[in-house]
Amino acid sequence: METKQILDTIQMISEEKLDIRTITMGISLFDCIDSDGDKARQKIYDKLTTSAKDLVKVADQIESEYGIPIVNKRISVTPISMIAAACHDDNYVAYAKTMEKAAEVLGVDLIGGFSALVQKGYQTGDKKLIASIPQALSETKRVCGSVNVGSTRAGINMDAVKQMGRVVKDLAAIDPVSCMSLVVFANAVEDNPFMAGAFHGVGEADKVINVGISGPGVVKRALEKVKGESIDIVSETIKKTAFKVTRMGQFVGNVAAKALNVPFGIVDLSLAPTPSQGDSVAEILEEIGLQSVGAPGTTAALALLNDAVKKGGVMACEHVGGLSGAFIPVSEDSGMIKAVEHGNLNLEKLEAMTAVCSVGLDMIAVPGDTPAETISGMIADEAAIGVINNKTTAVRVIPATGKKVGEQIDFGGIFGYAPVMPVNTNSPAQFVNRGGRIPAPIHSFKN
Amino acid sequence: MKAVVTVIGHDQVGIVAKVSQKLAELKVNITDISQTLMHGDFTMMLMGEWDDSAVNFETVKEGLESLGKETGLDIHIQRQELFDAIQKL
Repeated sequence: METKQILDTIQMISEEKLDIRTITMGISLFDCIDSDGDKARQKIYDKLTTSAKDLVKVADQIESEYGIPIVNKRISVTPISMIAAACHDDNYVAYAKTMEKAAEVLGVDLIGGFSALVQKGYQTGDKKLIASIPQALSETKRVCGSVNVGSTRAGINMDAVKQMGRVVKDLAAIDPVSCMSLVVFANAVEDNPFMAGAFHGVGEADKVINVGISGPGVVKRALEKVKGESIDIVSETIKKTAFKVTRMGQFVGNVAAKALNVPFGIVDLSLAPTPSQGDSVAEILEEIGLQSVGAPGTTAALALLNDAVKKGGVMACEHVGGLSGAFIPVSEDSGMIKAVEHGNLNLEKLEAMTAVCSVGLDMIAVPGDTPAETISGMIADEAAIGVINNKTTAVRVIPATGKKVGEQIDFGGIFGYAPVMPVNTNSPAQFVNRGGRIPAPIHSFKN
Repeated sequence: MKAVVTVIGHDQVGIVAKVSQKLAELKVNITDISQTLMHGDFTMMLMGEWDDSAVNFETVKEGLESLGKETGLDIHIQRQELFDAIQKL
């Protein structure tokens, strides 16, 4: 019996908060399309509640038998803009409510896919879906939405960028906390198990199980043992730790897929933090040697972390996918919150960090009076980083309606709280209001 | 079914006896056992094997957890495949 390895594994789970952040079942809704909206929604409800009827049960069983916490059980569906386009409804709020009802009955935590892909232009369904977002997301608790406004192949749809700034503001005006259910993407991926940006891509199988791991605490603890060693050792240590963390994701995904009789898709290698102490990406960066996250050197340390996590994880599982990297949400990471509260981390540094990690400006609260055009400007900047660097970027900002810099907004549970951060007050309105499309970058022409 | 049982807590008279007696009641065969004192805590690990068509995992888990409560020990049981998956290539 390998007692050291057993103790090592148990310690990773119990003390270092290693867990599976999510088991996400992707479900295609293409066979639910109907020109009658009511019929389509009934088909969607029926397909969701039969396909995922055992998802929570299987996840709970894995948790019990293997002793691995599985924090969330989630569902992602085909972007609703595509499914609802055939019906003659004026808005798609009823689709969101159907998703909500199915998620509630199944006991899943979140359901993603109230989404539209408009990187090159709008189709009928896209327009209606985006217009429905504020009402749909504020009147549901579990439904998540996303809009892809740019890609390396298509460029950036500036009309959509402009509109999404407005949509974020409109949603915030109804309920700022609902903004955590909405992501604006560039280069969105089709197999992402993480919310709020998960949707089931058109190239996917009818049903699929994707797994998102967590484990910043495990990486931090491993780095505590190599204090003062060279960066090469830091990188090696992260790789080895990421390997173990990913193995667990691969294992859990396999067990879940087999039990549910659904193909296993991918493991998303992202290090997803939670607000609890010791489960923070910021603390890893500080362990590498920064006095606080946000100090000069933060971008380099994050680049090292992100790359080492991928290298360690790639060999540990059959298929890697999703976003795969280090997440740097502000509200979900106690170290990030602390750095913002102490004035050590600002939006501009966060933006720079998003050039080298997965995703983007995530769970960031901005003053309630931030103009829609300014939010569009932030979306455009993030999209540009993604499009030019051939990576996924996203914006999930929360205009804290009625609140000013220094106040905070609470999301509850694993979503934490966010201090309201100052935003550059110079207006990008003329730029944003031009509309049109930023052409695809020269390096996208690879054929 | 193969599973790893870990018992952690303050050293006291009869820990091994109590745990192995409980496992015997649950029809779990002990195939390997190891114990040590770690940071002053008694730490025991054992590998158990049983016919899960006769006794299901939940029954064994509940049996061990209730023993853990009675004795003030931290007793966990996890299926063995997890450890191989994480630690071995």
